[in-house]
Amino acid sequence: MQEKTKINGNKGRCVSLTEEMKLALKKKACQVRMGVIESTHGAKAGHPGGSLSAADLFAYLYNRELRIDPKNPKDPKRDRFVLSKGHTAPGLYAALAYRGFFPVEDLPTLRHIDSYLQGHPNMNTVPGVDMSTGSLGQGISAAAGMAKGAKYLHQDVNVYTLLGDGEIAEGEVWEAMLFAAHYKLDNFCMVIDLNGLQIDGRTCDVMNTAPVDEKAKAFGFQTISIDGHDFDQIEKAFEAFHACTGKPTCILMHTTKGKGVSFMENQVGWHGKAPNDEEYKQAMEELHAAMAELEAAK
Amino acid sequence: MSEVKKIATRDSYGNALVELAQNGADDLVVLDADLAAATKTGTFKKAFPERHFNCGIAECNMIGVAAGLSTMGLVPFASSFAMFAAGRAFEQIRNSVGYPHLNVKIAATHGGISVGEDGASHQCCEDFALMRSIPGMTVLSPSDDVEARAAVKAAYAYEGPVYIRLGRLATPVFHDAQSYTFQIGKGEQLTDGNDVAIIATGLMVAEALTAAENLAKEGIHARVINICTIKPLDEEIVLKAAKECGKVITCEEHNIIGGLGEAVAAVLSEKCPTKLRRIGVNDEFGHSGPAAALLKQFGLSAEHVEAVARELVKG
Repeated sequence: MQEKTKINGNKGRCVSLTEEMKLALKKKACQVRMGVIESTHGAKAGHPGGSLSAADLFAYLYNRELRIDPKNPKDPKRDRFVLSKGHTAPGLYAALAYRGFFPVEDLPTLRHIDSYLQGHPNMNTVPGVDMSTGSLGQGISAAAGMAKGAKYLHQDVNVYTLLGDGEIAEGEVWEAMLFAAHYKLDNFCMVIDLNGLQIDGRTCDVMNTAPVDEKAKAFGFQTISIDGHDFDQIEKAFEAFHACTGKPTCILMHTTKGKGVSFMENQVGWHGKAPNDEEYKQAMEELHAAMAELEAAK
Repeated sequence: MSEVKKIATRDSYGNALVELAQNGADDLVVLDADLAAATKTGTFKKAFPERHFNCGIAECNMIGVAAGLSTMGLVPFASSFAMFAAGRAFEQIRNSVGYPHLNVKIAATHGGISVGEDGASHQCCEDFALMRSIPGMTVLSPSDDVEARAAVKAAYAYEGPVYIRLGRLATPVFHDAQSYTFQIGKGEQLTDGNDVAIIATGLMVAEALTAAENLAKEGIHARVINICTIKPLDEEIVLKAAKECGKVITCEEHNIIGGLGEAVAAVLSEKCPTKLRRIGVNDEFGHSGPAAALLKQFGLSAEHVEAVARELVKG
């Protein structure tokens, strides 16, 4: 018998995704991708690959899943999101900017000297960032602490964290997973972006972490595998999270690194490299074409 | 200093946590990594079991969890041995606590070689150096039970990250609980004297006091200064002592590299160059043995302080 510990105001709070809502989310995701290209081009540095693979998730989280208010970014009752794979800050910043946390025009100041948009998320300078991250394996621990804190305080707060598939080679990730399961943190949802690539090559070659689903299950998690570019599947995964009591949830999100920009897709070289002017132009053309297609679809 | 009560500052820690919780510290929570019996958070666990979270043997995660808890408005005290808190989890403290300047208190027991029989793997003599180097980190090293309890309470009241180093060994209680007041960043002059200043921290303060007593019999009048706050250092009391005594000795149960001695040396060399001797662990690892014997062997004793003072004053 599992202990009923979830307060869960998320459960049944929304109607299922309609075609119209899905289309809106696709547009949001396209905006996030444009923001990633704008910011990394402006920075002449940064990590577009893993930002683009998670762009659909960022769009879903910030436009549907998280109970947040851009006008009150420090609301103690808000849901929390911790970007454990902090190097994909361009994706997070774009999602926050388009959600109204700060001006979209600021995105190209990413990594500039004196810009508040630090190379890795800084909770003290960027509105909407719930935890400073960047050193891999650490964000998940802070997220687990937030989830434990919410439980202790009897607050209806869900905590979400996104990790990379290369990141999970860090031992601390598994320490945090033990903690989340031990304390039955059913308000804790970790998402692993399985885009299959990391700096030194294919994740299966650098340090094979497979089978992640069986490992997460063995660590006491409800485990759900989805296509991270399919909003129906993303929605189902979070519904399963809301329905689950007594244990934390791990969503294994299969994605394409660099998704949405043809020449970046599945290319390990685009992990941490900025587009030059020519590449920027081509990427934006592709994304504007994709957006035009979505606009036409209504 | 004979016939005085002896209490380990780790015991003071456990008791102070209970006192805080009993007196309205509703946001206080305590974390441990399977060492509650040794760090004495077990005392707190007994009184407030629902506010004590065991993290298992996973110190890096514990520090991250503490960071997360603090963002929820709680005041977490994360406890382990100095070796595994400051040492193993250094980068978590640096990146997940120090960089965002979160309100996390790290209470590290078993600092220094007075850990004793466990040997070098558990005798942390590097924690001041590690913690001092993190911007915005407050580093406390109380000298006895009275000061340790006050320091824990001050750390709770203070908004921001604090590292508190505590000891395993029972040491003399020389502060008067009734009259003692503690303030983060303030040193304390314990004896008057202008021949030599002995600036000490942790269990070396009691040794320095004994040394001063014995030196006085020889006509050497030492000014003993207790530095509980390693960072930010009370520069004023250090500079005043240097100017008035002309000779300074630092004493700490820590590597002579990176600790109180170097903190004092930095202030003096820039603002008031003064003859200085550093007493501490001389850049070597400890080993197993009874704490008292180890302290003697490594020169962390009143006798050694006296010898260094004599040499400095007369030499």
